[in-house]
Amino acid sequence: MTKRDLAQKAINKPSPLGEDIDLQAYSPDTEENLYASDLSKLATREKQCMLSVGVTPDDVSQRAGTFVQMDHSIIHSSANQDGLELLSTTQALEKYDWLEDYWWHAVDVDTDKFTAYTEIHRNNGYFIRALPNSKVIQPVQACLYLAHNNLAQKIHNIVIAEEGSELHIITGCTTAPMLASGLHIGVTEIYVKRGAKITYTMIHNWSPETAVRPRTAITVEEGGIFLSNYICMKPVRTLQMYPKARCVGENAIARFNNILVAPAGSTMDVGSHMQLEVRGCRAESITRAITTGGTIIARGYILGGAPEVKGHLECQGLILSERGTIRAVPELEGQVSGVDLSHEAAVGKIAEEQLEYLMARGLTQAEATAAIVRGFLNVDIEGLPPQLTSEIKKAIESSEKGLF
Amino acid sequence: MTSEIKPANIDNSMLEIENLSVEVNGRRILHNLNFIIAAGETNILFGPNASGKTTLLMTIMGFPQYKVKQGRILFKGKDITGLAIDERARLGIGIAFQRPPAIRGVKVRDIAEFCLQDRQNGKLVEAIATQLNMTKLLDREVNYGFSGGEIKCCELFQLMVQKPDLILLDEPDSGVDLVNINLVGKVINELLQTSAGLIITHTGHILNYVTAQKGHLLFNGKLCCELDPQELLATIQEHGYAKCAECPRYLNLRS
Repeated sequence: MTKRDLAQKAINKPSPLGEDIDLQAYSPDTEENLYASDLSKLATREKQCMLSVGVTPDDVSQRAGTFVQMDHSIIHSSANQDGLELLSTTQALEKYDWLEDYWWHAVDVDTDKFTAYTEIHRNNGYFIRALPNSKVIQPVQACLYLAHNNLAQKIHNIVIAEEGSELHIITGCTTAPMLASGLHIGVTEIYVKRGAKITYTMIHNWSPETAVRPRTAITVEEGGIFLSNYICMKPVRTLQMYPKARCVGENAIARFNNILVAPAGSTMDVGSHMQLEVRGCRAESITRAITTGGTIIARGYILGGAPEVKGHLECQGLILSERGTIRAVPELEGQVSGVDLSHEAAVGKIAEEQLEYLMARGLTQAEATAAIVRGFLNVDIEGLPPQLTSEIKKAIESSEKGLF
Repeated sequence: MTSEIKPANIDNSMLEIENLSVEVNGRRILHNLNFIIAAGETNILFGPNASGKTTLLMTIMGFPQYKVKQGRILFKGKDITGLAIDERARLGIGIAFQRPPAIRGVKVRDIAEFCLQDRQNGKLVEAIATQLNMTKLLDREVNYGFSGGEIKCCELFQLMVQKPDLILLDEPDSGVDLVNINLVGKVINELLQTSAGLIITHTGHILNYVTAQKGHLLFNGKLCCELDPQELLATIQEHGYAKCAECPRYLNLRS
């Protein structure tokens, strides 16, 4: 059966997680947007939306490459560093026959109706590739922008870090301000080859009525490192994602940091699924979740399938309002002896003791709360270039302002 | 039971405790306490374990779980009995905790900058940290993984930055090694040059570094003695606290 056949069969298959979404309620098509070779000429409000997710349209010189997709159209794609390839997946499929080996390879095409729908109605997506042994130190930025009301945006991305290479990606997904409704489906298949490293930082800033269904899977080969940072601190009607990282070579590493803030009316069901399939692999997932009235489900799963693997799940949740739900769902599965898997989770309000300690230094209760929350979200992320670290800090700080 | 209320010494008093009774979790811990700390004065608080010393400090600072059932607390002549912790801190009361909580993600430097408020001065923070030999703690998460000595230094550091008019110290000399006690003692002495102080001590080591005017003995939640602190320490060292139970002053308070 071809991939297309599998997709046709799965087109009504609901996802086991997250509320079901009626795909027919969204329009599959829209008009094309114009290409902009100079992103600084975009409308101010569009640029502001991009900035909110760490994408800098005015100065692309600080980036190794820039890719912007608005609705279905690539409105910008440029790479300015040797060893980096940046194309739309449509172009890449035409250019490289071998891409078929990566296409629906990490993610199954018939995972659910969202993957199936993407196969049948796909509109572009990015192809980012670091050539063997090339270190792309400056971040590559990719922006997926939903501008047209009630559109279903369905994107298929491929990221490949060839052997010994290094790649830092910042991908921002956002909508036009006050978009009444929209659906974003992003399939992303990430391949970290032997000894390669990818840091993948994703910042989401949706409108309150958007439905979001990313479908991501990562394969990490021997000695490879995959580091994911996911930040979603703005309202979104429903978000469900459970990226799956398979460590398939010795000493491969996968690490996830998730920062989630759910305001009232938002449901975020976010997990990290990690499979340690070979000796010496390591995985870790750290989630910091805050609800100010919305619902967060923080999932984690680690499979220890080989000896001498080590995995850890951590979820810290703060409930800052009268209403709001945080559910931590950690799962560990050891299949052989010699695995070392652990988890810790804590959900609750801010400790009185901490508030009082700061108040004894003269901070008001509101100031003390803000300081503790800021600290809570201040996850020191290892392995990122300084520029990206400051970018993440900026994104978090700007979102924090809305919290108090 | 009532106690005589001492007249308020409005001109010169930093802290006045009037007929103060305090409950924690529904249990009365402090009974009808009365004492005054004058401006510039250092008072020492002695007493056996569980006599209520920490409760008194926490009550003065305003922690809500310490409930004032009777009496009042005046600071610089103002009744602060009903004020929140942060209001008391801003009026000029500072405290060094014995077991402060760790707060993840909040750096020591962040708190120092808050303490400085309008006196924004980054160099001051560095200078005080250098004096306390703790510059490397500035960018650590507060109290997270700190050793006993580091906690002491960090608490004193925060007080140095805060510059309160009254400092409350809960066993600043316990669990500090011989080298650090010298540093801690000197820093506390420096703090007390411009502040009044109320210090809990078991060992009395701190008296080698600071000049204190009065010593109080708290026994079973009652203040029994107000003596010269050295004299009081010597008596406790000689007789222990067992003698207190037989002391006419304590027996009078019980009746």
